[in-house]
Amino acid sequence: MADLVVHAGLQAPGSRANGARLLTLLLLVALVGASLMSLAIGASGTSLWRAFNDLVSGQSLSLRDQVVLWDIRVPRTVLGVLVGASLAMSGAVLQGLFRNPLADPGIVGVSSGAGLGAISAIVLGSFLPAVLAERLGYYLVPVAAFLGGWASTLVLYGISTRKGRTSVGTMLLAGIALGALTGALSGIMVYVADDQQLRDLTFWGMGSLAGATWTKVIAATPLIMVAMLGTPFLARALNGLSLGEASAAHIGIPVQRMKRLAILAVAAATGASVAVSGGIGFVGIVVPHLLRLMVGPDHRYLLINSGLLGAALLLIADVISRTIIAPAELPIGIVTATLGGPFFLWILLRQRGLVDM
Amino acid sequence: MLDAKDITVSYGARAILHGVAFTAKPRQITAIVGPNGSGKTTLLRALTGECRFGGRITLNGTDISRAKPWELSSVRGVLPQAIALAFPFNVAEVVRIGLQRGLEAQERGLISRALERVGLTGFADRLYQDLSGGEQQRVQLARVLVQVWHPVRDGQPRWLFLDEPVSSLDIGHQLQVMNIARDYADQGGGVVAVMHDLNLTAMFADQIALISKGRCLKQGTPEAVMQNALLGDAYHCNLRVNTAPVQGAYLLPHTASLTVEERG
Ligand SMILES: Nc1ncnc2c1ncn2[C@@H]1O[C@H](COP(=O)(O)OP(=O)(O)OP(=O)(O)O)[C@@H](O)[C@H]1O
Ligand SMILES: [Mg+2]
Repeated sequence: MADLVVHAGLQAPGSRANGARLLTLLLLVALVGASLMSLAIGASGTSLWRAFNDLVSGQSLSLRDQVVLWDIRVPRTVLGVLVGASLAMSGAVLQGLFRNPLADPGIVGVSSGAGLGAISAIVLGSFLPAVLAERLGYYLVPVAAFLGGWASTLVLYGISTRKGRTSVGTMLLAGIALGALTGALSGIMVYVADDQQLRDLTFWGMGSLAGATWTKVIAATPLIMVAMLGTPFLARALNGLSLGEASAAHIGIPVQRMKRLAILAVAAATGASVAVSGGIGFVGIVVPHLLRLMVGPDHRYLLINSGLLGAALLLIADVISRTIIAPAELPIGIVTATLGGPFFLWILLRQRGLVDM
Repeated sequence: MLDAKDITVSYGARAILHGVAFTAKPRQITAIVGPNGSGKTTLLRALTGECRFGGRITLNGTDISRAKPWELSSVRGVLPQAIALAFPFNVAEVVRIGLQRGLEAQERGLISRALERVGLTGFADRLYQDLSGGEQQRVQLARVLVQVWHPVRDGQPRWLFLDEPVSSLDIGHQLQVMNIARDYADQGGGVVAVMHDLNLTAMFADQIALISKGRCLKQGTPEAVMQNALLGDAYHCNLRVNTAPVQGAYLLPHTASLTVEERG
């Protein structure tokens, strides 16, 4: 069957693979650019250029510049990359799993479950046995958020799965109910909280990268890394799932196992992100949708490109959030919701065929 | 060889199939016919391991309820009655989903030959969701063909399971698709197809299984199954089987008689 063998580099008719790979390169460049911007711009006058010059000419940085760059901007940028990438990839994976471009960690209750876990850890953490609290240290909140996200996903799974088959409609509706319930429980936690905790919670609840520290980066990294390294292995399964579960199984995909893996990855990435930055909405829905418009829905490229674009966009949103009313700062969740909300409605309208583009 | 013995399937408390026996051989097209709701799709779902069943089904000697999804997928492809896609894949991307692991190097050739086979050359970058129902059905067939392109591999026959493969096709494309099935069988593969059009079935099938109310009334050659009494019993209407002057194809006239004379 020599006639079936490809010639290297020649693309099959209809394949959008080359475009998708080129986009990956462009997004990498964009991410580097956004990172530099995030490092360079801030409320203090510290300039990246001056710091760079100082370093190259052998002078040591002023203490102030050191603190601003190394203790504030670098961890914030790193956290932005981690959180942006994991939110966007979680969205792409969930959408593939539910065969619905509107699915999102926020919608199926993963985020609010994770939020409840995090809030409980913040408010009730002092009641934990001292040994346990000490052991967990700064992993306490992320781990609690992961468990919260995972538990709510498992409850959802239990409700919407029968004989190993998941009904997507039930899952989405149950997600709405569960989101309301965990939201209410979180509200009760807020009542119990003292003044200091309350201030933490308010800022956190809006979604913000403002409190970024190396501690938070270290706390969030393991969960996010495991999830992000795992998701590309889901690509073939998610492509198959878009034909429906039965057909996915017919082409050789171990559907139930892949679904469990996908849910775990999403809970880990979302839980860790929510724990360190609160509920930053719409990244998980806007980013994959834009990419599908550009280079199509093939998950082999969608997942990785979502990670890159999500990271870059979140960094840009963060720069906006800390410059637009400088020296004060707007929680980034407000920025993403302001941009993402209308976008979400636009997707809805398009789906209803009211807007043609 | 596909061998199903004493197959029972229930949805909840409702029994749909009551002990069906069914066999299919490589090099043959085996058709499953019967009225709406008689259990044809359910039987096909059992045969492909898609739903739980009682009884025993072996494909090429392997018990399918013990086989892993990827083992089954390497010996048989399945075309469902209809498929709606969640995302805006184009035609080439849909066909590519059927591509099995390790065949990536042959992607380009396989996809374009499969599209050519179903008469969709030039459709590669059209969006699947914008195609007509018949075109979508043929894209899905191309996807299944890519999955099990060679009818024989490692000395083992491979299989096509088709649920009403021609239901939304015009007569020209019906013949085209049935000829694809014929060629697949002639080259050593096996084909199991749920059919509604008895004329077309009589023209192409080597074996026919007649299903009614969850039981197999009869499985055999077209001559054996296409009997007035048998069909009338299954379909609850008066049918008269005629013999066409050419090649003995059986026709079922209702009021006017339709004669299709070419074969293969
Ligand atoms: N998921 C389900 N739950 C409950 N009953 C079902 C389910 N799927 C099918 N049935 C019932 O099982 C019976 C057989 O259905 P099946 O789809 O096998 O029929 P069919 O012979 O393929 O019909 P058609 O010619 O209309 O495609 C029908 O009475 C149908 O209502
Ligand atoms: Mg059917």
